[in-house]
Parts: sequence; structure tokens; C-alpha cells
Amino acid sequence: MIQVKHLKKSFGNLEVLKDISVDIKEKEVVCVIGPSGSGKSTFLRCLNKLEDITAGQVIVNGQDITNPNLDINKVRQEVGMVFQQFNLFPHKTVLENITLAPIKVKGVSEQEANEKALQLLKKVGLSEKASSYPSELSGGQKQRVAIARALAMNPKIMLFDEPTSALDPEMVGEVLTVMKELAAEGMTMVVVTHEIGFAKEVSDRVIFMDGGYIVEENTPSELFNNPKHERTKAFLSKVL
Amino acid sequence: MNFRFDLIAEYAPFFFQGTLVTIGLSLGAIAIGTILGLFIGIGKIAQNKFIRLPFSWYVTFFRGTPLFVQMLLVHFGLVPLLIGDTNGIIAAIVALSLNSAAYIAEIFRAGIQSIDKGQMEAARSLGMSHKQAMRYVILPQATKRMIPPLGNEFVILIKESSIAAIIATPELMYWGRAMQGQYYIVWEPYLTVALIYLVLTLSLSKLLSFVERRTTTG
Ligand SMILES: Nc1ncnc2c1ncn2[C@@H]1O[C@H](COP(=O)(O)OP(=O)(O)OP(=O)(O)O)[C@@H](O)[C@H]1O
Ligand SMILES: [Mg+2]
Repeated sequence: MIQVKHLKKSFGNLEVLKDISVDIKEKEVVCVIGPSGSGKSTFLRCLNKLEDITAGQVIVNGQDITNPNLDINKVRQEVGMVFQQFNLFPHKTVLENITLAPIKVKGVSEQEANEKALQLLKKVGLSEKASSYPSELSGGQKQRVAIARALAMNPKIMLFDEPTSALDPEMVGEVLTVMKELAAEGMTMVVVTHEIGFAKEVSDRVIFMDGGYIVEENTPSELFNNPKHERTKAFLSKVL
Repeated sequence: MNFRFDLIAEYAPFFFQGTLVTIGLSLGAIAIGTILGLFIGIGKIAQNKFIRLPFSWYVTFFRGTPLFVQMLLVHFGLVPLLIGDTNGIIAAIVALSLNSAAYIAEIFRAGIQSIDKGQMEAARSLGMSHKQAMRYVILPQATKRMIPPLGNEFVILIKESSIAAIIATPELMYWGRAMQGQYYIVWEPYLTVALIYLVLTLSLSKLLSFVERRTTTG
């Protein structure tokens, strides 16, 4: 579903991703862990080309997004993204946040978009918030709306960049629950996270990144119980 | 001191006409300056450095030189060059529009760039084009933030339109000077003129704070 081949990314002189190759299969849930500054966010943002790709190839749904002639907007419609800071549209209601892209990008009728949005709000447990504004929601509620907003485009892949890191501890659970449901439904997911519990329980594979490289990748039980590399061991000893 | 209300009464029709011309100049310059300013502001945030350059120069020139000089350049240089003849009203509107466009461009640029980067990224990640993201996500939020500084600029514009007096545009200040020249009196014409400007700027401020309240609760 996603093939990354020798991906490199530099910001000016700073090389952040040095040589990343990875294959993500349909319905797979992959968690990305690693120390701060190791390039996890940058890696994720290269998958939908929010960052320009310096070298290498990224193939999403069979389309090479490093090809400059490709219509990236089409690819992005199938790749949902959830941000650490939610990034809801503050001038729009919860319902409008969810329906904006389907209506304007896909040309779905307003009625159809509203129905779908209400269905998604129900799924994330926020039916009663449809006409609220983002400023009236708690962090956990905002993030669940952000997930519903991404799902409204019917994506085939969902990318999450530390979706619970900006939340108060008591709100982490409600967001993880929604993500677990999504994983159970067979969504292909790439999740950058510090939630080791979530990675253990939900993911099929865990990638450990450090210094712009993938140091180690394995099933969660192998990676957490039996890490092979010193750097993985050192990192895990700090977070476990 | 003997304050000559009788002479003010005599000049009232001229002050009235002058006020209308001042309002006309200001409205004209606000309209043209805003459209031009939006265009220049968008040019200034273009991704390509070479596209940005002429827009930056424009803003630098018009913000870095006195309106007084610009007014003379437009009146004696630019307008005759373009239409062969010159005309105080046209020259004043052109000079004020060009000048305010530079300030308004900066207001647009600052307003757009004040919106958190995450908003554009969220919109783009949903498949919106840059244009769609601008139109549905960035500009509606930026507009709200632009209203107060834009209002400020419009108030400044009303006051600065008085510089058109030196190219004999028959606006408010022009008639103040005419009255001083005719009767050799100072307080009567200039206090009258000052009072009228004050009424104009205060009315505009009131109107703008009303608009502001409407858009923030909407
Ligand atoms: N737009 C940018 N311009 C310049 N440098 C950047 C930019 N974005 C990220 N970097 C740098 O790239 C490196 C990797 O950043 P990245 O955000 O990918 O790390 P991360 O693994 O997600 O860290 P964290 O766990 O703190 O989120 C950092 O050194 C960061 O300073
Ligand atoms: Mg990060």
C-alpha cells in the first residue's frame, strides 16, 4: 500500500531522513517510535508530501508521489492525517469541519455530506457536538473530531502524528479507543506515538527510528521484549 | 480675540463641498487601494522569490517615501504622462490609492501569515488545492484579523487626503487654506477644518467597531 525506497529528506544542510526504506501493506497498523528529533514526524509528512521529498521514492496506492506531474491532491484524498495539535478549523462548526472537504473537493452534496458526518460523529461518540465550535470542545473531543474529519474523505490510509501527545492524561483513552476501533475495522494506519501500550496492543509492526534511520523494526512483542540493537534497548529502557 | 463665526458661515458652502470631495477621495482610494493592496499582498507571499521581488519593491517605495512627494510625482509626472493633462481630483485619488495599497498589502500579508501553519496543512492533507485552502480556510480567518488594522488605515487615509490641498484639489483642507488666504485669519478656517476631519474619522471608527463586533460574534 505504501512503499518507501531510499527516502532522504534535508532541511537546508540538515539531513533529517538519511535512508529510509519500508513497505506498509494493506490493513497493516504500523507504529513509529523513537527519540525526539529522530525524524518521525518528517517521515510521516513525506508520506503525503506535506514535506518535499529530497531523494528516493514514495509510492502510495501505486502512485509515485515524487513524480512532479502527479496530482498530489488526488492522492491526499485517500490518505487521512491527524495532527498532534488537532488543527481543526476554528471558524467552522464541528459538522462543517467534517463536511468541508467532501463538499468542496469531492463535490458531494451537502445533504449527503451531513449524513455521513453525523454518522462519523456517532462513531467517535460526539453526536451532540455537531453544531459546536472547536473552541467549545476539550482536547480529546477535538482530536476525535479531527479523526472524523479525516475519515469523511473515505481514506484508504490514515496517518497519525502523536495524536495523544497534546492531551491531558484523562483524555488519552477516548482517542485511543477510537483508533483501536479503526484498526479493528481494517484501516491501514501509520501511527507516530509515545503510547507504548497502544503500540503493543494494536500494531502489527513497530518501527524504531533514531538519527534519521530506521534502526530496528519488528512485531511489537519481539521489539519490546527482545530488542536487538543497543540504541533500541537504551530508548526502551527510558520509556518502558 | 474676536472669533469670526460670520466668516465661517460665509465659507460654509465651500467647506461642505470640500467635505464631499474629501469623502469622495477617501472612498475612491479605499476601494482602489484595497483591491490593489490585496493583489500586491498576495504577490508578496508568492512562493517564487522573483515574483515576490517587484511587489516588495513597490511596498518599500511607497512606505519609505513621503506621501507629499508621491502626490507631486503623480500630479506633475504620472497623470500627465498617462492622459496628457492633469487633474487634481484624479491625481489625488491615484496617489492616495497607490500609497494606501502599499500599507493595505502589508495588512493582508500579515493577516494571512498570522494564521497557524497547521491550518493550511490540515486543509491540504484533506486533498484541497492551495487555492481552495486559501479560500475556505485561511482567508475567512485572516479577514477577521485584518478588519481592525484596515479600519485604522482607512482613518489615516482620510487624514492624509488633506495633502491633496497642495495640488489644488478642492477638498476640505484646500478651502481652509483659501479662507486663510482671503481673510488673513488662522483659527477660524483651521479649527473648522480640524473639527470636520474629526467628525469624519470618529464616524468611521464607530462604524468599524460596529462591523468588528458583528464579525466576531458571527
Ligand atoms: N521545517 C523544518 N525546517 C528545519 N528543520 C526541521 C523542520 N522540521 C523538522 N526539522 C528538524 O528535523 C529534525 C527531525 O524533526 P521531526 O519533527 O521529524 O522529529 P520527531 O522525531 O518527530 O521529533 P518529536 O518526537 O519531537 O516530534 C529535527 O532536528 C528538527 O529540528
Ligand atoms: Mg514529531
